[in-house]
Amino acid sequence: MEGFSNHPFTGDFRIEADQICVDYNGRVALYDASLRLRAGCICGLVGMNGAGKSTFIRALMGFVRPSRGIVRINGMPLRQAQREQAVAYVPQNEGIDCSFPVSVWDVVMMGRYGSMNLMRVPRESDRRAVLDALERVELLEFRNNPIGSLSGGQRKRTFLARAIAQRASVLLLDEPFTGVDVRTEKLMADLFLQFRQQGRSILISTHDLTHVRDFCDFVVLINKTVLAYGETSKVFTKENLTMTFGGMPPDLLSGVSHSEDLEA
Amino acid sequence: MTEFLVVVRPGELLLDPLSHEFMRRALLVSSMVGAVCGLLSCYMTLKGWALMGDAVSHAVMPGVVVAYALGIPFAVGAFVFGVGSVALIGFVKQKSRVKEDTVIGLVFTGFFALGLVLVSKIKSNIDLMHILFGSPLGISISDLQQTLLISLIVVFILLVFRRDLLLYCFDATHARSIGINTGFLHYLLLSVLSLAAVAGLQTVGIILVVAMLITPGATAYLLTDRFDRMTFLAVSSSIFSSILGVYISYWTDIETGGSIVLVQTIVFLIAFLFAPRYGILNSRHSLTS
Ligand SMILES: Nc1ncnc2c1ncn2[C@@H]1O[C@H](COP(=O)(O)OP(=O)(O)OP(=O)(O)O)[C@@H](O)[C@H]1O
Ligand SMILES: [Mg+2]
Repeated sequence: MEGFSNHPFTGDFRIEADQICVDYNGRVALYDASLRLRAGCICGLVGMNGAGKSTFIRALMGFVRPSRGIVRINGMPLRQAQREQAVAYVPQNEGIDCSFPVSVWDVVMMGRYGSMNLMRVPRESDRRAVLDALERVELLEFRNNPIGSLSGGQRKRTFLARAIAQRASVLLLDEPFTGVDVRTEKLMADLFLQFRQQGRSILISTHDLTHVRDFCDFVVLINKTVLAYGETSKVFTKENLTMTFGGMPPDLLSGVSHSEDLEA
Repeated sequence: MTEFLVVVRPGELLLDPLSHEFMRRALLVSSMVGAVCGLLSCYMTLKGWALMGDAVSHAVMPGVVVAYALGIPFAVGAFVFGVGSVALIGFVKQKSRVKEDTVIGLVFTGFFALGLVLVSKIKSNIDLMHILFGSPLGISISDLQQTLLISLIVVFILLVFRRDLLLYCFDATHARSIGINTGFLHYLLLSVLSLAAVAGLQTVGIILVVAMLITPGATAYLLTDRFDRMTFLAVSSSIFSSILGVYISYWTDIETGGSIVLVQTIVFLIAFLFAPRYGILNSRHSLTS
């Protein structure tokens, strides 16, 4: 496959977030959240419901205005990074109208708009990127189906394909594994490992702790703020998880993660 | 309708009216406006902006009155008031706890009332009925030129930005995340809406212009799952309804705006009943089989 647009960047980090604070109408959802992610790594974002995972990712995309703190992607200010297609985002819920008259192909092509001319006329390279992305999520046979005719999981894969087609060097994925079958889960995990090899960085929020153990190099534990951040082997401990999930017994947590030993 | 045409020698019936200058003008302006509103109606229905369309089309009224009184092109006045009303809606919604649809209803009726008051107070040769109900059969040459110019501008903008506007209607979050300026698209669509409302005012008048801005889109939406096909169907059904409406108005001496919109509504009803996949008669069939 072709490489992604490998943006030169001045800093050492794909993602730099410094002391982000977000409040919704005065109610604090996130405070002092900082994160630095180097090129070529996968980072898991773990926390309870309402811990602020989606809020953090939305703040990284500039969709909620932080009351404090700055975000840089590839060393660039956020807007510039977005204009240069450095960052792709898949929200937890797309919140789209499913009866919209667009096909799977059209939706994935929307990932390419940022790299096209003003009229958004697709070139050969755009078509190849869309084709490649559809192949990767195994939706090629559905390419002409209207988006409304897909199942929930297929729709989720379509939006992942759109992010893949964008060929960004930073991917922010908000719970990409919810509602997809095991086969797709495996497929996506392999895909993410490939992306890591290519030097892209991925931030994934998830509730499935086995994923974190299996393929995340780093993990961020959050509950309104970053409780712990670092290499998975060091940070992903029973004690830290207990703290993150508010005093739940560790054995219950390790039961959730289906693992014999979390510190392995 | 086709039976009607066949029985009474179609050639004469269609060609005779063309010998009149006013009919040629009316057909030209109606089909152009039909095309423009038909194209825009796709975005209006998909974005769910029917009420917004109604609001803007009513809010241009004082603008048209002021423009005629000052002797400037009516499109300018209409545009200012159309965009102004939208800005005001946004402002009131942001600064108060009143819900959006309430604010929209409040602002547009306010503007419309202002227009009515202005018409009765400002001494000019404006015909209120002309603004309210349109009169393509009596359109002046300068109004015709302005309407054609507006139509061309709107079509040009919609063609250049069609993909961006589609993305904006479909998924504004994604549009923002790839660096597209959605605020610009929002106001672009509203500006185009104001312009189209002014154009539509010439054929069906302020009261009915919202029909031009949603019915063709709704009809096409029942017929297809592809956006490109939807725009094609909306534009062609809109042009067809406009032309047929003008003819019917000429043959039977009924109100032109009403006749155009009525034809559009009938076309919608036909799609509603018989559309291949989404028509109610066919969906019932697929349920039982
Ligand atoms: N649009 C909003 N307006 C007001 N409050 C919000 C909004 N979105 C989130 N919140 C609040 O902010 C907090 C964090 O929410 P967030 O969606 O970031 O949680 P999360 O970690 O993604 O949870 P989940 O695991 O359920 O997806 C919650 O307390 C929530 O009630
Ligand atoms: Mg969430």
